Amino acid sequence: MVQYCRPRDLSDALERLEEANGRGRVLVGGTDLLVHVRRQPTEPVVLIDIKTASDLPPAVEITDELVRFGPTAVMSSLAVDPQLRAWFPALVDASAVVGSVAIRNRASLIGNICNASPACDTAPALLVHDARVTILSQDGTRSMPLTDFFLAPGRTACASGELVIALDVPIPANGFRSGFQRLTRRRGVDLATVSAAAGVTDRGVVTLGLGAVAPTPLLTAESAPIDCADADQVAAVVDELTAVANPISDVRAGREYRLAMTRVLAKRAVLAAAQIEEAS
Amino acid sequence: MSTNEVAPTNHLSDHQVTLEVNEQAVVLNVPAHRTLLDGLRDELCLTGTKKCCADGECGACTVFLDGVLVNSCLVLCVETEGQSVTTIEGLSTNGLSDLQEEFLNSGAVQCGVCIPGQVVAAEGLLRTNPHASATEIRDAMAGNLCRCAGYERIVQAIQVAAGRRVEIT
Repeated sequence: MVQYCRPRDLSDALERLEEANGRGRVLVGGTDLLVHVRRQPTEPVVLIDIKTASDLPPAVEITDELVRFGPTAVMSSLAVDPQLRAWFPALVDASAVVGSVAIRNRASLIGNICNASPACDTAPALLVHDARVTILSQDGTRSMPLTDFFLAPGRTACASGELVIALDVPIPANGFRSGFQRLTRRRGVDLATVSAAAGVTDRGVVTLGLGAVAPTPLLTAESAPIDCADADQVAAVVDELTAVANPISDVRAGREYRLAMTRVLAKRAVLAAAQIEEAS
Repeated sequence: MSTNEVAPTNHLSDHQVTLEVNEQAVVLNVPAHRTLLDGLRDELCLTGTKKCCADGECGACTVFLDGVLVNSCLVLCVETEGQSVTTIEGLSTNGLSDLQEEFLNSGAVQCGVCIPGQVVAAEGLLRTNPHASATEIRDAMAGNLCRCAGYERIVQAIQVAAGRRVEIT
């Protein structure tokens, strides 16, 4: 049994969530949620459509320090903004390969992370960009790094009765660049077999965000500074940082293949971030 | 509306939705779970929009919602209050559109089930990128599957229609 409501504002939305008593699901793009609802026709669910809540943060808000994405920021809105591309190339590249044009026009960036899929396309990039999540509840707001937000497949730190209202991504320091790589079985409308984002500072310090290689998207430790033009140094750092990958075998790929591809994609992501052509 | 009720209601048609479909104002009385796709087909008899995977994978149900391409199987009727929908029927009110003509001329239409979605998606592409290259066409159409695998001819048809529009303007 599906019920639907469209709260006037966020406090109304929180009341609806509480009334729903654990059966409330926040609806924005619906590109995953509505598929889930249809597959579970007997599960009672209250869809709380916050798109028109009067005090919802704007889709994209730029301050001196950060870019704040609201729930209505959709994937296709990222790719069209040259400023966002200059700051967050990995995130823009990742959002541009989600689903298809029609999916990207509808799919919410915040909705994507709230699903907490291990293969979430945008998570690796958001992780290397040190994104923070802001969660609203009746007690006010709280904020946490995205690394702490992901708990398990499909589970986040956003509890029943709470909702994510903003995703803050700091404007990177001068010289910081990011890159993104994804492997899928086919080009369109497929989940990632493995994905990797890399962040490289002007000193050559590398961090990686990895998707589909663990129960949650992973952020690796920072490397010691390296010269990204030196293939041996890149290979050594990639081996060191990707050691945290612990993938399963499933319909999309086996564990061994995923481990091998994690290193390949991580290396390519580092080179893309450092804007270095890969030697053939 | 009975949106305050948490207990399940017995009557299914508990939401009234006012929207515009192909420039006509319509009022739908629908249960919350009714997708825009089912609303178009079953309530409004606009069966040009096809129901195929109903999971957002195939693109057969592509329509414009407020001018933006969406999969109508992933939108609920209740979400579309006050919005405007254009379906394949709305793109061909004066006979076949240039895209439809070129789909036919190039032999892109085989079994035909995916074609309305293909034409709507192609229309969306040419509105935003009138000079799309073959690669851009393939990328933009990646969400529209064709089981007959008429992809080459679909790309050709879009290229020819794009050329016709550029000539006219």
